[in-house]
Amino acid sequence: MPVPHTAFAPEATTNRELRAFLHGLPGVDEVGARARAQDLSTRSVKTTAKAQAIDLAISMVDLTTLEGADTPGKVRALCAKAAHPDPADTTVPRVGAVCVYPDMVATAVEALRGTGVGVASVATAFPSGRAPMDVKLADTRRAVADGASEIDMVIDRGAFLSGDYLKVFEEIAAVKEACGTAHLKVILETGELATYDNVRRASHLAIRAGGDFVKTSTGKVSPAATLPVTLVMLEAVRDHHAATGRHVGVKPAGGIRTTKDAIRNLVLVNEVAGSDWLTPDLFRIGASSLLNDLLMQRTRLSTGTYPGPDYYTLD
Amino acid sequence: MADRRHTGKAAKGGEGTGGGAAARVPARLAVRKTYKLYLGGAFPRSESGRSYPVTSSSGQHLANAALASRKDARDAVAAARKAFGGWSTRTAYNRGQILYRIAEMLEGRRAQFVDRAVDGQGLSRADADRVVSAAVDRWVYYAGWTDKVAQVLGGANPVSGPYYNHSAPEPTGVVAVFAPQNAPLLGLTSVVAPVIATGNTAVVVTSESAPLAAIDLAEALATSDLPGGVVNLLTGRAAELGPHLAAHADVNALDLTGAGESAVEFEETAATTLTRVLRPGPGADGGEDAWLDPDPGTARMKPFLETKTVWHPVGI
Amino acid sequence: MIFEYAPAPESRSVVTLRETHDLFVDGAFTPAEGGEYLTTLNPADETKLAQVAVAGSADVDRAVAAARRAHDTVWGRMPGAERGKYLFRIARILQERSRELAVLESMDNGKPIKETRDVDLPLVAAHFFYHAGWADKLAHAGLGADPRPLGVAAQVIPWNFPLLMLAWKIAPALATGNTVVLKPAETTPLTALAFAEICQEADLPPGVVNILTGAGETGRALVEHPGVDKVAFTGSTEVGRRIARSVAGTDKRLTLELGGKGANIVYDDAALDQAVEGVVSGIFFNQGHVCCAGSRLLVQESIAEELLPRLRTRISKLRLGDPLDKNTDIGAINSAAQLERIRELTDTGEEEGAERWSPDCELPSTGYWFAPTVLTGVSQSHRVAREEIFGPVLSVLTFRTPEEAVAKANNTPYGLSAGVWTEKGSRMLWTAERLRAGVIWSNTFNKFDPTSPFGGYKESGYGREGGRHGLEAYLG
Repeated sequence: MPVPHTAFAPEATTNRELRAFLHGLPGVDEVGARARAQDLSTRSVKTTAKAQAIDLAISMVDLTTLEGADTPGKVRALCAKAAHPDPADTTVPRVGAVCVYPDMVATAVEALRGTGVGVASVATAFPSGRAPMDVKLADTRRAVADGASEIDMVIDRGAFLSGDYLKVFEEIAAVKEACGTAHLKVILETGELATYDNVRRASHLAIRAGGDFVKTSTGKVSPAATLPVTLVMLEAVRDHHAATGRHVGVKPAGGIRTTKDAIRNLVLVNEVAGSDWLTPDLFRIGASSLLNDLLMQRTRLSTGTYPGPDYYTLD
Repeated sequence: MADRRHTGKAAKGGEGTGGGAAARVPARLAVRKTYKLYLGGAFPRSESGRSYPVTSSSGQHLANAALASRKDARDAVAAARKAFGGWSTRTAYNRGQILYRIAEMLEGRRAQFVDRAVDGQGLSRADADRVVSAAVDRWVYYAGWTDKVAQVLGGANPVSGPYYNHSAPEPTGVVAVFAPQNAPLLGLTSVVAPVIATGNTAVVVTSESAPLAAIDLAEALATSDLPGGVVNLLTGRAAELGPHLAAHADVNALDLTGAGESAVEFEETAATTLTRVLRPGPGADGGEDAWLDPDPGTARMKPFLETKTVWHPVGI
Repeated sequence: MIFEYAPAPESRSVVTLRETHDLFVDGAFTPAEGGEYLTTLNPADETKLAQVAVAGSADVDRAVAAARRAHDTVWGRMPGAERGKYLFRIARILQERSRELAVLESMDNGKPIKETRDVDLPLVAAHFFYHAGWADKLAHAGLGADPRPLGVAAQVIPWNFPLLMLAWKIAPALATGNTVVLKPAETTPLTALAFAEICQEADLPPGVVNILTGAGETGRALVEHPGVDKVAFTGSTEVGRRIARSVAGTDKRLTLELGGKGANIVYDDAALDQAVEGVVSGIFFNQGHVCCAGSRLLVQESIAEELLPRLRTRISKLRLGDPLDKNTDIGAINSAAQLERIRELTDTGEEEGAERWSPDCELPSTGYWFAPTVLTGVSQSHRVAREEIFGPVLSVLTFRTPEEAVAKANNTPYGLSAGVWTEKGSRMLWTAERLRAGVIWSNTFNKFDPTSPFGGYKESGYGREGGRHGLEAYLG
């Protein structure tokens, strides 16, 4: 099974070279990309395929809480849910990871010890990223030191939009180095990038700088993960793999709330990047309320009756 | 060689063609014009070497006209095709300027055309004057159409989706025009001007019995900045040239106005390559009077226009 | 991990098949005088769907007379606003019954339900809505102050978009005050007969729409009938020529929408992923049974090696199979005869030296099927680059400069459609200006809309359907 190539070392470069590379990528026609995503969203995934998709989607969930009001209690509850999404049904797979703020990492690590569920920490002055570089690196190192197995960093969108690709590149590379063995997900915040051309360029920039995953959004900016954005990012990792043999993952986050949304994402993965990416190692879905809907649809499928929300835990 | 199927009365008077040993010799012998074809901007004789006599409405011999052949028709189509690329891509404004220039050239030769109409068609001088005026004005009329027709016939289409969608008329290509038989100047002008105004090029079979005005017109065209080959004039018989033009795979459209009884046969032939056909209208056999309407509109332009529709996504 | 979509068939239960269908003449279903029937099959499994009557010349007489009567006494003199309301009503019923019609169309034609559901039926209703609104505004169409209907329109349509082509024909004819006698294709008559029921349901006056089923002879009798004022035909160029010949010397007006060999030009600066999509939909939409298909891919040599593998990968993802499965991308070939023609021409391509490629693709054991096919190394002189295959077969050619692209694209007796893929606006416009084709899709392909005039240059026919331009074919 392909896994992210964490040993990847980015090659030093210049802003001029990066610009030439990124602007030399084929353009993305917005209308065509939307039409393709729309077409794929009409795929009808039923019965056995749906059951398979639901379990796969559960295993790909990065169960997330990123609120100012988060407490250790809230995080522990989430972790319990992550390890055993449906306490009444042990056949339900555990989720991919729990995603928290850096100060909650230690709590989450403790709560998840021995479950196999990873702990992802947002870092680098999430969600804006507007902090001095040494602060961002300290943020990252502390989260890793506390036991985070995955770091979700944000790129400097201001630098990207002003054409300072080298700054974005170097930040990612530096954070990657600070991650040590932890996997690095690079949040592009596509809602602030304005065009699909920029999504493609930012994806390739993050991939080249050493990101193990490219991630759409912080969840704090709208629009977050739309299907066309995920499509363009999947094309980027597909093309990078075709060119280099290296697999990079994709994580849409924000706005994916229903089983239907999740399955549409899986169809996209299946038909755009290919079956290599149908693993939690290479595709994650950042979400919070999605998990309960997946569980309800799972029950519906296995029992034939429609479940009620009171039968699923709210955490 | 010469195909002289018409044996009208011997011409008399004029410039000393009268017979008899005692014939009066003029002080200065007038220089006659040799009437030739107008092909690719040049004035060649028929490759066949044939000519035929042209007489006035009262039967007087006026001149010999070239009797165009199948090969002349072929050459005319080749010339028209060659000219099409350049002419159709000129700006509409430029085509309008050139059509207006044709009107200017004709205006300067009014007297010649009036004389021709009086001698050739037997019109009264007043009627001839009216017809010539209308012919000049017809060029002015279509000169003004060149840069309007795309706006009148085309435009944006509000499709249901994120696309810019636009339709515009384009010239169909080479048009073989059978000019009206009984309206050699105004009728001819009225069928040729709309064809070229929109960027087509024309191969014109002129009035068989009254072809001289067409060659006079060609002289004006040749001095009007009109690129060679845009209008090609074949004097001769529609019935002889028509089958070749109708069957020619590089002819895009036929105007059958002057095709007479052959019109149906030509339309059938044209079907083989889906050549566009404008059937003879109600006034096809009329005289110049049938063409006097000063505002014929788009009716004679539309049959020789294609509509091209272009889609493009709208996005960032 | 392998993610296989389970079968997701659309239910057939929305369709009630009748054993036999008669002709729809003067508002009622009546048997053909000859008593002959033909059988229409489901091309996906060769099962018999129904028998439909074969109209003979006596039936054509009857239908034309009924249409004439309806035109002279009711429809031609009805206020436009009232005519328009009938069309609006028909549009609504089409929307209400769209699921049923989509399933029926997929069964009779073989095309995927995804397309009938998402493309054909929405466009069918849209065509009626669009033209409904014209009925009382014809004086504003730029065709004179008081344009008049021509009378009786004889309309013959093909099997590739049966109901959509019916809509393209009937909606403008009715909006302009003409009455119609329409003959659907021999292999796809069922949705036209369902449309006849919709006319009844809408209380459309008898004789305004008449549907005659049958084969080529019925069509010939109809277009050659002296009682018709207007002939509108969509189909092959061969039949188009015959019709053009037959109307010579009559007063009948004629519009023809015929074949094509559309070029899809991909420049080296194209948005590659969308270009790949456009090339795929250009030739594989509706199994390539599309007159405006982008059947010739003209790719700039400098990106051919990058584009073609992407194209193959993408084609490998196409799902061929049961037309009623909601995940099917490629359905059945419409008839055995068409399948034979596709096979023959594609084999010719191989014999002429083209390299043939199809994805691994299991074809169902019954029914008419042809795998999506790409022929590379094709040159302009090959038959597969010149003749319309009308199937899921793409011929790939290359070019070096824009001039060469345009020259090759135009180097065909056809002139229906073309595609241009470039991110450079000025190059797009330059190319579009030079392409001799009636519809140019730039950075998209196979898009249709009732407001957008459609029709060809050269041997692709004449006249336009759709938009303000399309009205002209039905007004005098």
